[in-house]
Amino acid sequence: MSTLIKAEHLYRYYGPHCAVNDLSFTLEKGEILGLLGPNGAGKTSTLQMLCGQLAPSAGQITINAYDLLDSPKQAKRHLGYLPDTPPLYRELTVDEFLLYCARLHKIPRAGTAKALARVKNRCGLNDVSDRLIGNLSKGYQQRIGIAQAILHNPAIIILDEPTVGLDPIQIREIRSLIKELGQDHGIILSTHILSEVQESCTQVQIIQQGRLILNETIAGLNKHMNTASLELMTRAAPDYNTLKAIPGVISVEGLSYQRTRIHFDTSQNPAEHIAETVVNLGWGLLEMTPLKKSMEDIFIALTETAQIQNRTQS
Amino acid sequence: MILSIAYREFRSLFLSPLAWSILATLQFILGYLFLTQVETFTALKDQLEGIDNAPGLTTIIVTPLYGNAAIILMLVTPLLTMRLICEERRNKTLPLLLAAPISTRDIIIGKFLGVWGLQLTITGLITLMPLSLLAGGTLDYGQFFANILALILLLAAFTATGLYMSCKAGHPTVAAMCTFGLLLLLWILDWSAGLKDQESPLLAYLSLLKHFQNMQSGLIATADLSYFVLFTAAFILLSIRNLDNDRLQR
Repeated sequence: MSTLIKAEHLYRYYGPHCAVNDLSFTLEKGEILGLLGPNGAGKTSTLQMLCGQLAPSAGQITINAYDLLDSPKQAKRHLGYLPDTPPLYRELTVDEFLLYCARLHKIPRAGTAKALARVKNRCGLNDVSDRLIGNLSKGYQQRIGIAQAILHNPAIIILDEPTVGLDPIQIREIRSLIKELGQDHGIILSTHILSEVQESCTQVQIIQQGRLILNETIAGLNKHMNTASLELMTRAAPDYNTLKAIPGVISVEGLSYQRTRIHFDTSQNPAEHIAETVVNLGWGLLEMTPLKKSMEDIFIALTETAQIQNRTQS
Repeated sequence: MILSIAYREFRSLFLSPLAWSILATLQFILGYLFLTQVETFTALKDQLEGIDNAPGLTTIIVTPLYGNAAIILMLVTPLLTMRLICEERRNKTLPLLLAAPISTRDIIIGKFLGVWGLQLTITGLITLMPLSLLAGGTLDYGQFFANILALILLLAAFTATGLYMSCKAGHPTVAAMCTFGLLLLLWILDWSAGLKDQESPLLAYLSLLKHFQNMQSGLIATADLSYFVLFTAAFILLSIRNLDNDRLQR
């Protein structure tokens, strides 16, 4: 195992606003690191700093043993970056564009044709080689973006929300491509979708308001996911305080007059209890649906554990 | 590396109708002006023969041709340069260049060379017109080459100015307008100097026109050469600084 990226105590301020606050992490070879967080959490800023697009206000980034600030050219040679909007020249054809990228990344002329053929095969671009990028669909454009990032066979691939705006089939294709690439590259990808991290990543980091609140393996993440939620539909409006009093219920959220969302602790599943209460009090149980785990649940779980830790400390 | 960027920029200009339409329009207008000038010369030919030290073919035809070309290109250059950095920012393609193992210096110089390359093509096409005179006469080669050199250096200065404005502006048309305004101001700067019989050596020195005309007369002085080189280098440096600043703050 060799360390590909080492980021230490990164800070980034936009004026007085602190977008990234004391972030430190490492990326090893063969790892796929998912950067998870709500919009505006500082994911894109972090990735931009790793790629040398944005200078950190404080902190140090080392890429493959090269300091990004001292020797940016050597460091960037090991990086492939796909920003949230794929950087494509619409007036070029796919081949022309990839050739230009090959020149930018100083791929030797003798190896260019081979490198082009390799990434086109990998990203399924063989059929569109001669077409103008501007005329291709969003899915193809995203694939060209990925092709551009892996063209020079970098040790590290950084993908900023690679599946945004794609249809489910394309998402599955991109995910399997990412998994395949993860075998011999180090990958960082950012997303705000929990299931994406669970499906394609080996490591996960959760960022909230610029702070790292969790740095775990996927197995570790699942251990943290001891909260779940369900949605309740009743004929009459339920009393939230009664529901909250049921053991295991963490929080109750009124969605509308009839609909209620309940977050609960999975270790003492209160579903049975809730149903009993609703029926006994005559609210009229119409529906009770367990919800897929969302990032919200994790946030609740994490803040919950943090509070418990604080309480035990004090 | 620089050349790859320059080549792509050059090619992109020809992928849109922009470069072609500019080449066609320029060639048409300058061809017309050139023929008018030739007509004038033929009309004056008999009178000129009587005068000692009369202005020759080069002074009467070539110098006005390059002078006109300079003015028209002052209008055209902002249109060529306005998209250079501005468009990359707007289309979010700049990360492609910034994430590649190349410095901002390479990016800026590459962009500059791409547009300057088109300018050289234009100059080459204009030069064909006086060369056609060789069929029936001879040219003062010294002055002829001084004219070509003057135009090439002037265009470098135009392009560098446009490049810097393209770094600064948020929208291509704003970049074009600012470039045109600045160039025109520098062009007419020495007009005010002669307004009330007052000589202003500073304004005259700053004026692009003054240095251009000096060179056009066939006098290649270090002062004029270094003016154009420093002018171009200053704006290229400012552009590099501007692009570097992108990384630091927003």
